[in-house]
Amino acid sequence: MNSNRGLDHDEKLLFEVGDVNRTGVDLSEPENLNHMIGDSFSDSEIGLAGLSEPETVRHYVRLSRKNYSIDAGLYPLGSCTMKHNPRLNEKMARLEGFSEIHPLQPISTCQGALELIDLISSWLKELTGMAAVTMAPKAGAQGELCGMMAIKQALLNKNESHRKIVLVPDSAHGTNPATAAFLGFEVKTIKSNNSGLIDFDDFKENIDENFAGVMITNPNTCGLFEADIVKISDLTHKSGGYLYCDGANFNAVVGKLKPGDLGIDAMHINLHKTFSTPHGGGGPGSGPVVFSERLEKFCPAPLIENDKGEYDLIENLHEESLVNSFGRLNVFHGQMGMFVRAMSYMLSHGADGLKRVSEDAVLNANYLRASLSDRLTPAFEGYCMHEILFNDDFLKGTGVETLDFAKAMIDEGYHPMTIYFPLVIHGALLVEPTETESKQSLDHFISTLRDLVDKLKKDSESFKAAPVFTPIRRLDETQAARKPILRWKEEPLIAV
Amino acid sequence: MRYLPLTNEDRKNMRGVIGIDDVNELFSNVPRSVSLDPTFNLPNHKTEMEVGRILSGIANKNINSNQAPFFLGAGAYKHHIPATVDHIIQRSEFLTSYTPYQPEISQGTLQYLFEFQTQVSLMTGMDVSNASMYDGSTSSAEAVSMAKRITKRNKVVLSPTLHPQYAEVIKTLISADEDSIDYKFSEDFDVTSLISKIDEDVSCVVVQNPDFFGSCHTLEKLADHIHSKGALLVVVVNEIVSLGMMKSPGAMGADIVACEGQSLGNPLNFGGPYIGLMSTKDKYVRQLPGRIVGETNDMNGEKGFVLTLATREQHIRREKATSNICTNSGLCSLAFTIHLTLLGEVGFKKLSKLNHEAAIKLYNKLNGLEGFAVKNKSFFNEFTVKLPINASVFVEKMAEKGVLAGVPVSRLENQDDSFSNLLLVASSEINSDSDREDFIKLAKEVCYE
Repeated sequence: MNSNRGLDHDEKLLFEVGDVNRTGVDLSEPENLNHMIGDSFSDSEIGLAGLSEPETVRHYVRLSRKNYSIDAGLYPLGSCTMKHNPRLNEKMARLEGFSEIHPLQPISTCQGALELIDLISSWLKELTGMAAVTMAPKAGAQGELCGMMAIKQALLNKNESHRKIVLVPDSAHGTNPATAAFLGFEVKTIKSNNSGLIDFDDFKENIDENFAGVMITNPNTCGLFEADIVKISDLTHKSGGYLYCDGANFNAVVGKLKPGDLGIDAMHINLHKTFSTPHGGGGPGSGPVVFSERLEKFCPAPLIENDKGEYDLIENLHEESLVNSFGRLNVFHGQMGMFVRAMSYMLSHGADGLKRVSEDAVLNANYLRASLSDRLTPAFEGYCMHEILFNDDFLKGTGVETLDFAKAMIDEGYHPMTIYFPLVIHGALLVEPTETESKQSLDHFISTLRDLVDKLKKDSESFKAAPVFTPIRRLDETQAARKPILRWKEEPLIAV
Repeated sequence: MRYLPLTNEDRKNMRGVIGIDDVNELFSNVPRSVSLDPTFNLPNHKTEMEVGRILSGIANKNINSNQAPFFLGAGAYKHHIPATVDHIIQRSEFLTSYTPYQPEISQGTLQYLFEFQTQVSLMTGMDVSNASMYDGSTSSAEAVSMAKRITKRNKVVLSPTLHPQYAEVIKTLISADEDSIDYKFSEDFDVTSLISKIDEDVSCVVVQNPDFFGSCHTLEKLADHIHSKGALLVVVVNEIVSLGMMKSPGAMGADIVACEGQSLGNPLNFGGPYIGLMSTKDKYVRQLPGRIVGETNDMNGEKGFVLTLATREQHIRREKATSNICTNSGLCSLAFTIHLTLLGEVGFKKLSKLNHEAAIKLYNKLNGLEGFAVKNKSFFNEFTVKLPINASVFVEKMAEKGVLAGVPVSRLENQDDSFSNLLLVASSEINSDSDREDFIKLAKEVCYE
């Protein structure tokens, strides 16, 4: 039976269309020399299905057409920052001088690579107003780990490892408590007040002699700037603790203010959010961390040193400049391919452009807020930063839930916003338009959402059934978790 | 500014709708003590052409692997990547989509990840795989962490021939006290000595295969001993192409396999982004970190894919999660799976053979060279040579003469002088006879003239 529908083609699994005898690569013939592998040699079948080149191209092109993408439409995932990914960045990352160099080449043959890392480091330090930066972390979550490990090392260095308590607001990303717990800290949750900000009194009450530090996202996951941040950092330092800032939302303030002025000690920066490296369906990311002077010497390996234009790479943990380092986060020197893309973005914008980036991102979010507030219900009063958070009050009495509303947006041609996050808001809908959407694009989005809200009372059933215009309808996630099928397997032959 | 669509007219109208005169009114929560719009000591915006010139200028200061006969490995390998791979991964729908949280409009990503998980399971000889990690080293650390959760034991034994930076990453990320990790870097892989270290407190033994020095090992006997003590065998594979000629880690008794997958589909990139592979047995799947894709049905009974087993993950479990990992190496896993699809079984095995034979040919030439001694009894596409001179000096001099000759062991372990003349030399399908002749001719010059 033909299950193709117009441009949407059914595409079977690679293992159903390919086989072990097909290939799409021409290689020269081996000479069948006697092998030198020893007893671990094997030539038994692995079972890898292959395809010729035209079949391969068709397989993946057909698959690609089942994906939504920022290139095809507004992608308002709050806290994820789905902004345009400039193609110049891709071209620059593919220069052979960056993409075709080995991490362990003689230092004299990779001076350009070290210069590039030094250049992006100096930009990040200047933009954040911080003393030091490490480019090692491979993603935001590893950046968090890096920042918190530096704090742990600093406490150890002061013989204060009894300080075990890390305070985390209830609105934080799940990675924050997971990171602190992974490092053996005890996580204590602090409350948000009814303005969506950290409750300063609750924060104060939770500080005792075992206080190690606090992890704060700023702007926070409710899309608000933490107004008490300087009070919090002062009290943190006075109490012998450290302030970790989750920089996931740095894109709201880049070029507008220096996070160093807020009194933070460490902050990771997601190059794939603020600096436009592509999300790639879930990675690769890159999560450099900036440090205050108090934490500088605990940086992980490697370091780059610049002696009158000659660059050197300090990669061995025994070296003198790494003697206080907390160690090494991964093999080699970080996500070079991502550094080049981010550097291309920074050079393109410059200081004036980056200020515009955050202003437009915040302007766009507040424009959505102003244009939707009589239909959807904002979770908090007042202006927001780069993203606007709604609760599900507007759905009350309709029988439609946040998930249904999100799925209905898909039928209208939009990727839904982030839903059910942050956890502090019932049925949360977090919308981040980013600065790369035009006013026309926002106006279309606004009118679509307004029409959907108006439809709630008239036709709630259609929300429950959505989406209907997708290659596949709502999927049974319970079944997937209860009886996990995590790979293709050949169906056993049934004896007749 | 070419990336910003709003015009000044738009901005003015939007401020009107919001009810503000100045955009800085939106930043009113920023404390007064913090200056808005400070001065940055940075240049202003540049045209596409200007940015291209600056970055090309920097790139040109490097000698890239296409400009010189190239023999570096030690955890990152140069292979030919078919043109199709880079073309497909730059399709908008793959490049500019997010983690597949809305499965109805992400089946493209979800299906290729399901296929990827199948390929990784097959190659490593394991039951299940996750949807990738950052790289081989973080994969290895996550594998150790997983083994500790499963066995509820604290001690870890690392084989002396494990990549030194992998050992450092494990030590750093496991954040255990130093004493609980047994590791002393050396050339000697000795099963008996490893066995003698396994007691009732050991959670796992980590073995790299082929090892850091390039030697290949059988692990069945070791695996039996490890299992008899209730511990787990973690196998690390740095050069995934070796699996086309070697018994799979699963076939030799591995419980968890952690690999660097860069060799397929991903260029050298000065060390990143790369792609960590991780696979295990069915019974441990709920302890596996990272994203996992599973098959299910939609409301009409049609087959489809979703992210699954999320109850292990940080966004649900918060401080009780199996790992803090969130992102994986999505696009790198796409490159990996496309390259492997193009190769197929026949192509993959042929590629593996070509790599091995390239190494044998260089081995044969080096063996006859006075003062040069290959240390390996077995190898896949990389081996260790003892040089008549210091290896760091050797590679610098070879680079001056236009050959990127290998990785000095002392680059990774510079505390022990006994490694100073050892050089790791990798070969692959990219090396021609003339590359090898250049290597030999110049090596003689560098050492003896």
